[in-house]
Amino acid sequence: MTSVPADERLAGAGVLRRLLVRPELGSVVGAVAVFAFFSSQSAVFRSADGVANWLDPASTLGIMAVAIALLMIGGEFDLSAGVLTGTTGLVMVTLATRFGWNVWLAMLAGLVPALAIGFLNGLLVVRTKLPSFIVTLGTFLMLQGLNLGITKAITGTVQVGGLRRADGYEGARAVLAGSVTVGGVDFRVAIFWWLAVTALATWVLMRTRAGNWIFAIGGDEQAARAVGVPAARVKIGLFMTTATAAWLVGSIMALRLSSVQANAGIGQEFIYIIAAVIGGCLLTGGYGSAVGASIGALIFGMADKGIVFAGWDADWFKFFLGGMLLLATLANSLVRRYAEEARR
Amino acid sequence: MTVPSPSPSPSPADSSAPPLLETREVGKVFGSVIALRGVSMVLHAGEVTCVLGDNGAGKSTLIKILAGVHAHDGGEYLVDGSPVRLGGPREALDRGIATVYQDLAMIPLMSVWRNFFLGSEPVTGPLRRFDVARAKRVAREELRDMGIDIRDVDQPVGTLSGGERQSVAIARAVHFGARALILDEPTSALGVKQAGVVLRYIARARDRGLGVVFITHNPHHAYPVGDRFLVLNRGTSLGQFAKADITREELTSLMAGGAELDHLAHELGRAAADTTPGPASAGPGTT
Ligand SMILES: Nc1ncnc2c1ncn2[C@@H]1O[C@H](COP(=O)(O)OP(=O)(O)O)[C@@H](O)[C@H]1O
Ligand SMILES: [Mg+2]
Repeated sequence: MTSVPADERLAGAGVLRRLLVRPELGSVVGAVAVFAFFSSQSAVFRSADGVANWLDPASTLGIMAVAIALLMIGGEFDLSAGVLTGTTGLVMVTLATRFGWNVWLAMLAGLVPALAIGFLNGLLVVRTKLPSFIVTLGTFLMLQGLNLGITKAITGTVQVGGLRRADGYEGARAVLAGSVTVGGVDFRVAIFWWLAVTALATWVLMRTRAGNWIFAIGGDEQAARAVGVPAARVKIGLFMTTATAAWLVGSIMALRLSSVQANAGIGQEFIYIIAAVIGGCLLTGGYGSAVGASIGALIFGMADKGIVFAGWDADWFKFFLGGMLLLATLANSLVRRYAEEARR
Repeated sequence: MTVPSPSPSPSPADSSAPPLLETREVGKVFGSVIALRGVSMVLHAGEVTCVLGDNGAGKSTLIKILAGVHAHDGGEYLVDGSPVRLGGPREALDRGIATVYQDLAMIPLMSVWRNFFLGSEPVTGPLRRFDVARAKRVAREELRDMGIDIRDVDQPVGTLSGGERQSVAIARAVHFGARALILDEPTSALGVKQAGVVLRYIARARDRGLGVVFITHNPHHAYPVGDRFLVLNRGTSLGQFAKADITREELTSLMAGGAELDHLAHELGRAAADTTPGPASAGPGTT
């Protein structure tokens, strides 16, 4: 082993390195490319109304992707997050429409099972030391069964609806599922929730002790424990955070549609992970950013609506997704290898 | 070549103050394996005690007793002159005994300053946010005061060299109030230059008044920086020597196994002299 002369090290730590080391870089480049591409295909896409239109799907996805990104930086996965958005919505609509609860109260009540499931996920992972992939796959399947079984038992159908007629609906809808007019264009309120969640998550990651601990337990859990990081508490907290995000998104969706399907949210769990990975999260943990995950969600939103604006068959969306995911993971692994080569 | 007889425990500097750490005839048994038997050593503030020995000699076992990882089975362990029985590493840390293990407990993908304060982050304001500005400043200052030349505290620890990583871990232990610093083979995975860098920081920590227990199997690393040398062989002590009582050649010969290996020791001595310059003279261009 030889030591590298000082000036070579300086060159290695230059501007390019700095940039490459930013987790968001790949997703920013991707977002610009996707925007440029669809803008060239469709004038509506690049209009203000078009922007408001594709920001909408990006927002609810973004809230979840940010929470999942935190969890992934902490070194874990949560496959139950998607179906949990359905669970919280079902609880809320059922309480408000079948039991006459005020919508606000019903919504708060939905947070209770969410936090309990997040806690349980975390506790199981921490105690059993099983991969969270398996543990949350288990809770995912169980919740899927519960959502369907209980909904059928109560309503005799596979959906609960009629939230519109419940007490407090208009107020809750305005706060979570309404629109805000900015410069003559209607933007969904969820977009602002998304921005707030991204900002909060970024602050926690970069400017709090908890943030330092999240990076540490995902990077090397043993080493983190050795210097006194409460790894178990942080992990459980992260699972409860994704559950809280699922509750927020579940509530937004329920208020927006005024009804919830018993299979709502199923299949979304992978989309959250894909958005986080496109945003620069390493699958192995310890690296990533909330802003990156949000940009990953933005790319989704643009592709989702852009394909429609461009007049193509929506089936192409999945193809596009797969391509983006492959490109992103490839870019991430290159960055990682580069960082590792720079060692010594 | 003659092997000197071990001296009890001469401390030229401060014979009045009790040693920072002292063991008297400590032992440790793992099931049927006697890992350590009747080992005595002292560590004074402002001194370096080197623990030498081949693989399996019991070096790690001894320092794990010092660090509170293992409880000793026999003999006495004294901190500041009073016998103790440490309940765990945390208790050792609370008494100012810090250990830097080979694997260092650092997170490669995290920056130097984040690693430096991991687990003990300074907070500020009503929201108790991580005082990032202070963390960066203090990390930079501490490293500079230790003479550690880290260009950029924002760079990930994984991009540092092995020697730099050891140095950061040492600086961290010093900053968090260690009085006794235990280093388990900090130079064994390093090249000559890098080992020289680490040796320099050991000397720096000593000059700041810390007592350093430096474990190594390389007498050429130990001799320039050590004040006292404890040589272990298959779990027993071959004696503790003050620097005045032993030469580098004698130390090398002792480590190599004594009389039967006089010849080999001679050979090793020559080989070492030919290929590795003394660490004290190593490392031009590293500061
Ligand atoms: N936890 C343990 N359980 C059983 N045997 C051990 C344990 N730790 C060390 N030993 C044994 O004690 C002896 C000394 O080991 P160690 O202190 O690690 O030596 P060194 O660090 O000098 O290479 C070895 O024979 C080793 O196998
Ligand atoms: Mg050892």
